[in-house]
Amino acid sequence: MGDITTKVLILGGGPGGYVTAIRAGQLGLDTVLVEDQALGGTCLNVGCVPSKALIHAAETYHQATALSTASPFGVAVAPPSLDFARTIDWKDGIVGRLKAGVAGLLKRGNVKIVKGLGTFLDGKTVRVDTDTGTDTIRAECVVIATGSEPLALRSPPFGGRVISSTGALSLPEVPRRLTVVGAGYIGLELGIAFAKLGASVTIVEATDRILPLYDAELTRPVAQRLAELGIELRLETNAEGLSANGDSLVVTGRDGARTEIAADRILVAIGRRPRTAGFSLERLDLSMNGNFIRIDERCATSMRNVWAVGDVTGEPMLAHRAMAQGEMVAEIIAGHRRSFDKRAIPAVCFTDPEIVSVGLAPDEARAAGFDVKVGKFPFQANGRAMTLQAEQGFVRVTARSDNHLVLGIHAAGVGVSEMSTAFGLALEMGATLEDIAHTIHAHPTLGEAFQESALKALGHALHG
Amino acid sequence: MGIQIVKLPDIGEGVAEAEVVEWHVAVGDMVAEDQMLAAVMTEKATVEIPAPCAGRVVALGAEVGALMAVGGELVRLEIAGAGGPAEPAAASTAVKPPSPAPLPVASPTAKPTARAHQPISSPAAHDVKTSDIANLPGRNRAPLGPPRPVGEKPLASPAVRQRALDAGIDLRQVRGSGPAGRILHDDIDRFIRDGAPGPATGNGKRPNTVVEDVKVVGMRRRIAQNMAESKRRIAHFSYVEEMDVTDLEDLRASLNAQHAQHRGKLTLLPFIIQALVKAIGDFPQMNARYDDEAEIIQRFGGVHVGIATQTPVGLMVPVVRHAEARDLWDVAAEVVRLAEAARKGLAAREELAGSTITVTSLGALGGIASTPVINRPEVAIIGINKQVIRPVWQGNQFVPRKMMNLSSSFDHRVIDGYDAASYIQRIKGFLEEPATMFI
Repeated sequence: MGDITTKVLILGGGPGGYVTAIRAGQLGLDTVLVEDQALGGTCLNVGCVPSKALIHAAETYHQATALSTASPFGVAVAPPSLDFARTIDWKDGIVGRLKAGVAGLLKRGNVKIVKGLGTFLDGKTVRVDTDTGTDTIRAECVVIATGSEPLALRSPPFGGRVISSTGALSLPEVPRRLTVVGAGYIGLELGIAFAKLGASVTIVEATDRILPLYDAELTRPVAQRLAELGIELRLETNAEGLSANGDSLVVTGRDGARTEIAADRILVAIGRRPRTAGFSLERLDLSMNGNFIRIDERCATSMRNVWAVGDVTGEPMLAHRAMAQGEMVAEIIAGHRRSFDKRAIPAVCFTDPEIVSVGLAPDEARAAGFDVKVGKFPFQANGRAMTLQAEQGFVRVTARSDNHLVLGIHAAGVGVSEMSTAFGLALEMGATLEDIAHTIHAHPTLGEAFQESALKALGHALHG
Repeated sequence: MGIQIVKLPDIGEGVAEAEVVEWHVAVGDMVAEDQMLAAVMTEKATVEIPAPCAGRVVALGAEVGALMAVGGELVRLEIAGAGGPAEPAAASTAVKPPSPAPLPVASPTAKPTARAHQPISSPAAHDVKTSDIANLPGRNRAPLGPPRPVGEKPLASPAVRQRALDAGIDLRQVRGSGPAGRILHDDIDRFIRDGAPGPATGNGKRPNTVVEDVKVVGMRRRIAQNMAESKRRIAHFSYVEEMDVTDLEDLRASLNAQHAQHRGKLTLLPFIIQALVKAIGDFPQMNARYDDEAEIIQRFGGVHVGIATQTPVGLMVPVVRHAEARDLWDVAAEVVRLAEAARKGLAAREELAGSTITVTSLGALGGIASTPVINRPEVAIIGINKQVIRPVWQGNQFVPRKMMNLSSSFDHRVIDGYDAASYIQRIKGFLEEPATMFI
């Protein structure tokens, strides 16, 4: 049993927690990080990173398969084979390298890592049950970065063939028939990847369209691609439970009829919930915001010197938001004046094609009371897109009519996730349509569609 | 490279000089042919002067607010080629004369261009400059944008935001000079220099040490000159009298009930104009213009009543001509029409000159008394104060009556106090017993 006293105590080693710790270490603060599972949290271990590895492998396999039957530009290959165990090994290798990297960064910052589940004794004291005994850690400042976990259906619950995204990323084989419950970005990313790996995929969604948090125009290219990939989409359909013999998902369609979907695996991806239970958080009696911990613009909770960052504090539950919050909180604790004053948090769906959303969509901008100009430029008219066989999708910019301040930038298309950098910078710098239109964009690149969309909003697109 | 001199063109109508009210370019700017260089204001109109050819501005001929003779050097342009003599340049800058009814704030231009022509509707706002930021060399004319609407988040890059946080500056207090009102590093520099927060007082407030220089140009300058001249030359005296307008208000209500739908609604103003016109019959000295240099008082048969009117560019005095020949509704309609025209900057020059007596009313803002400044060269001005219900002693009891003051000023050089008081008493008689006004 050990007693540790420190300046900063961080609960959770995901993107929110480990970035807080690294920055606190850089600033010379005495810092302890408590994590009972792997460093890197959901993002690094069972989220963003491994899913991208799987998506890349799936796309490569899918393209090789396509080239083995047709060769539009003269490259012909033999039908490929898939060693899925090696795919998973390769993915795990990437995760391992990144985890080691995080551990190294924490070490360089002199952050002490305590491995075990931390539970609150009071707002400044945490007990950690480790392999070697119990540590009691007292801190001046506590940062809660406990993240989120997949939301389960009441029926069927997780277990057996019913898996969460975590399970889907470490399957021993590609399921022959995969049913995905939930057409949000997680369900679509994994559903599309497994379809490309050869699974027969059905996606069940309760609302009337895929990606209900994005506007219909933006999600249309993805919906088209689902059809091309042979993915069956059942909208306005609810999962009810497993069939009696347990090998099918029972669903109710929009007409109320119950049907069964035979499935080897059922991936439930209906959302995530903040992780606020199991570590005596209730002892702090913090003000809550629904299920989330309530924070202000400095990530301060209702208790003095107790801070919270990341998914546990609310939407959007995105790693880069957590990292930005964590960096800020460390600096505030170090005595700097900081505020979470971001104009935009980009969101990316690594579907096929990809979707990027930064700032307000046209309808959201109008609802916020702005008169808007919208410029949309299709990749069909972009030379680079043709050379990449990536003509689906578009870039769309939304700006205020009165002063042309850009309010939102959205794109759907192959590889547009990398454009989120330019989009985010434009919004954060307070760019106007003219700023984008009068910046030379390299030719031939997909990014030219960004410039053209701004020109179009100004009424004089050059190529559209 | 040659030099082309752009002269102030002959704007027409015998105008000999004009005031530069706004520069659209700065030294060092590249200008395109027909790009607007400056706005100049004459007695009659504001005119935009375009560039006769493309070039780079190397010198400006005058500062904002300066008067410049026609033919004076307005802008010196460096142009490709040999350049031209000054004469053709001036000739090529053919500016159409102002439209037939010269508008005080219209902007006739030689050619329609992409540039939005703002009428010089608020010279004050245009020329508000905080310190010297707009005069930095090589900087385009950059008047600060309008202040942000309340509740709108300040727009600034992340670096500027962080710098503001580090410096303890609340960006909501900083005005942005960048596109779309973006706050730039320059704006923070200026804020630190001019508006540096003082010691924290603990109450979240801090002294505001910003000093704004507002150039007095154009309309405002004219108002200032007229006011100062009036006070400097005229020996003002003011006379305040209270009147009971209960009966008048009853009459007005009854007329409005009967006729408002067809003939328009009557305010109090037409009645007061009617009363002062009627009273002038016995006091012709009130309806006059005093040329104090020639030492002649011109008394007029017609009563041309100036109506002091607040407009976006400042005080204007449109004139109801020949009020003696108009009935109540006619006066009412004319007052409404003129006030509208003045506020929109559409009043013709002849509608803004030639008054022989002036009425000023601030309506609900009228206060209980005022000391109006005479609209020189007139000799009298009648000010209307607000109406209130007061208890008035009538024989054996207090009764609630609608009471109102008239505050009037007279030129004591030519109007004696006795006559002025008698004139106001006559008006009071008409207003208290309105029937007598129409006999």
